[in-house]
Amino acid sequence: MSKHVLEFEQPIAELEAKINELRMVGDDSEINLQEEIARLKTKCETLSESIFANLTPWQITQLARHPARPHTAEYIEAIFTEFDELHGDRHYSNASAIMGGIARLDGQPVMVIGHEKGRKTKEKIYRNFGMARPEGYRKALRLMEMAEKFKMPIVTFIDTPGAYPGIGAEERNQSEAIARNLFVMSNLKVPIICTVIGEGGSGGALAIGVGDYVMMLQYSVYSVISPEGCASILWKSADKAAEAAQAMGVHAERILELGLIDEIIPEPRGGAHRDLPLVVERLQQALIKNLIQLKEMPMDRLLEKRYQRLMNIGVQHD
Amino acid sequence: MSWFKKLLPAGISTKTKKKGVPEGLWTKCEQCQAVLYQTELVRHFNVCPKCQYHHRLSARQRLQSVLDADQQMEIAADLQAIDWLKFKDSKKYKDRLVSAMKVTQEQEALVVIAGRLIGTPVVAASFNFAFMGGSMGSVVGEKFVQAVNLCLEQHIPLICFSASGGARMQEGLFSLMQMAKTSAALARLAQQGIPFISVLTDPTMGGVSASLAMLGDIIIAEPEALIGFAGPRVIEQTVREQLPEGFQRSEFLLEHGHIDMICQRKDLRDTLARLLAKLTQQLSRTTVVSDDANE
Repeated sequence: MSKHVLEFEQPIAELEAKINELRMVGDDSEINLQEEIARLKTKCETLSESIFANLTPWQITQLARHPARPHTAEYIEAIFTEFDELHGDRHYSNASAIMGGIARLDGQPVMVIGHEKGRKTKEKIYRNFGMARPEGYRKALRLMEMAEKFKMPIVTFIDTPGAYPGIGAEERNQSEAIARNLFVMSNLKVPIICTVIGEGGSGGALAIGVGDYVMMLQYSVYSVISPEGCASILWKSADKAAEAAQAMGVHAERILELGLIDEIIPEPRGGAHRDLPLVVERLQQALIKNLIQLKEMPMDRLLEKRYQRLMNIGVQHD
Repeated sequence: MSWFKKLLPAGISTKTKKKGVPEGLWTKCEQCQAVLYQTELVRHFNVCPKCQYHHRLSARQRLQSVLDADQQMEIAADLQAIDWLKFKDSKKYKDRLVSAMKVTQEQEALVVIAGRLIGTPVVAASFNFAFMGGSMGSVVGEKFVQAVNLCLEQHIPLICFSASGGARMQEGLFSLMQMAKTSAALARLAQQGIPFISVLTDPTMGGVSASLAMLGDIIIAEPEALIGFAGPRVIEQTVREQLPEGFQRSEFLLEHGHIDMICQRKDLRDTLARLLAKLTQQLSRTTVVSDDANE
């Protein structure tokens, strides 16, 4: 069990602690506590079932940002083989908030690109908390164009609070870096599968998010602006983030309902960090299955489908 | 009529003049605070004759300031926003739309007109900052794409004048996706070798800046326009230092190599015509006196 407990998980954690306590007592006393433990276990099960069945969009946002939540690096490690990381945008820096490289998926060469937030403090700083500067997007672009050149499908993992809002980032044209990726990805002549694994934060997420098939993990979020940002602009207070998350509909279930993604990968109750192998298995299967289908499609049809998918967004069909 | 009255412009009658100053006759420059004669300001395309400050133009004022007066046809004028999310903050999105329409007399934040620019056929799109901060929702994206489609159909250039705070939060992820939608359409335009000139005006930020606005074959900015991805306040809070002077202004962008040129508003029409004629392999076009051409 993870040591990070979110606010809404507190009642579950308390019950679990109590059960553990009873177990310890039960071990060295003659009183039989098995019945009581079993009763509490059932109660705990019911409680966590009801809590996780009714998560609010804001609670899901917290899960998507959970400190123990698996990151791109872990998924790459577990889903692919022979990952060779490639670095640098060839102009300015490596921009480690985005990582990418060539790997094999089920034996087939693919280009993998994803935001990486970093786990420990030092690594978080190195990764800039997953907030890419322009070089990150330009590195991603370089790798995606390479993928096109060598006919490798592209797999992206989205997990970022957003593009980095800094002086240097603006000086090196953050806007153009994002825009260019959208422009190029819309017409890259290889299949592209994108998966939101945690936070899909605005333009910084979309910059590696244009593809033929878009998936979200069950407890991931995707939004035009962070709930806090939206709340502070429209509600004039960042404290209203929960309302903003609800109003924008940031969670996977809602986004699927709105027709903006293709599939949700179910997570174990409590989130991906509770059972990484299970999520890896499901994600891997979904990637393999969809890549096979996309690879079968003639290229002009694939590109036309990708284009029409975008053109249909926000248009009412009678 | 006395000789003196003949000197006065038509329509101004000394007889009916009431006490006090009629509303809207005089105005103050937002920058230098100079008191300006409204007619004079309009004649200068809303540029302060004293300090050259470029006041914001509405989408229609903008388009009329560059397009030839005849042969104009508006595209997708009736498209209205859909409240996909039934969005409500302190106010309902629907109500915000209604009041934006009332204030601007427009249906949405983008106006698209197919017309001519000193004879050259073009499609011109222009953002209306007064309509919910020129924010890009589904209708703005769709109108922009229809503008691109017309360019593709008729093989004519596209010009876009941006003035926007970014994506429209009230349409959630639909808005974000308009960035991809408009950029994809521009990729098609590029494949056909059709020019796209992007004119950045004050302000061009966020999702609009990080999509269509930065994808021009040629990018022009008006003087001192605020242009960038993240807002200055957000950056200040993140980096916790004072932003350099002139940060995210047109001149800063020119210096850093993000835009091709800065153009005074009075020269914009001629500049666009000159560039387009060359990009489309036409003979040189010159305007008569620009004032007359824009009446």
